[in-house]
Amino acid sequence: MTATYEAIATYTAPSAQASYTFTSIPSTYTDLVLVCNVKSSAATSRTLYATYNSDTGSNYSMTRIFGDGSSAASSRTTNQTGIDIGYLPGANGTGFGTVNFSIQNYSNSTTYKTGLYRWGSEAAASGTRYVAAGVGLWRSTSAITSISLAFDSAGDIATDSTFTLYGIKAE
Amino acid sequence: MTVSSVATGYDGISLLAGNSSFTPAIFESIQTVTVGSGGTASISFGSIPSTYKHLQIRGIAQTNRSSYVVDELMVRFNSDTGSNYAYHWLRGGYDSTPAASATGQPTKTNIRLGAINSSVSTNVFSVFVMDILDYTNVNKNKTTRYLNGFDVNGTAGTGSYGGTVMLGSGLWQNTSVINTISITVSPDASLLNQYSHFALYGVK
Repeated sequence: MTATYEAIATYTAPSAQASYTFTSIPSTYTDLVLVCNVKSSAATSRTLYATYNSDTGSNYSMTRIFGDGSSAASSRTTNQTGIDIGYLPGANGTGFGTVNFSIQNYSNSTTYKTGLYRWGSEAAASGTRYVAAGVGLWRSTSAITSISLAFDSAGDIATDSTFTLYGIKAE
Repeated sequence: MTVSSVATGYDGISLLAGNSSFTPAIFESIQTVTVGSGGTASISFGSIPSTYKHLQIRGIAQTNRSSYVVDELMVRFNSDTGSNYAYHWLRGGYDSTPAASATGQPTKTNIRLGAINSSVSTNVFSVFVMDILDYTNVNKNKTTRYLNGFDVNGTAGTGSYGGTVMLGSGLWQNTSVINTISITVSPDASLLNQYSHFALYGVK
């Protein structure tokens, strides 16, 4: 029986890494789900970005809602060079942040690609703990064949950070 | 190697040594609907088997309104159009002044599934994931939750809307097993555009 929900690839950082890329993503699924347990090797919390198909142009945008335990807010960003999928713990945090990022209908060649994400940074240092949900747009109709993950310029992916990519197939 | 149960007649896979390993499926595709050319006012999932624990609907959608950017989907169960539903949402973005807001809607005729963008932004389709929990339990009213959103990179259309993310919950005040799900665009005059895609999955 063909599995509906399958692990495509998984990666655990053996040491601090500048980035990680899932390559040669098969086009045979309907949705992709990226699950991350990750922190930055920088001293403090940093932003994790996702880009597709090596596109580093200003072709991404986001809308998000977030809360820090005392207040809730939302924000939008346009013409970005990647999708911000989490403001996650750095070395001063007690653990790793969590990200769940679902990219629907990633392999069609008709629509721009939109993903839904949730992230939490409870393990971050005081003052930088958030829970958030958001949506990110890539303005390209190309099928997604690779996903690159990297923190902003100030930090690397810390040792033992994990990334797992799943495929979901509708019959 | 297939073996048949004497008790149930169910055909399964032998787990005897030498046979292939067997991983029971816990997340299965049930039905899929892709909107064709010309669009449609609604889609439905019928004859939903009662053999799962929960249901999940995943997909992308776009409506055909030419002015406003934002529409909504109306979800109903078992053809119930009565005032037997309630829903809440937490929303971010929405217009040119992003803000977090929460809205409660008791005693409604459907469960609203989030913000669906229109073809004002041609290539942008909203995305959604909706969970329907314990859908076969005849001792409970049925509850749902969803995460949904879209972003158009800037603003567009009447009202200058640009992006919304919504986290919502819904209630159907009925203990019946859910065997059909209908999804209709609101306002009623809109259509779901071609390439909108709805996939129903069962979780064991």
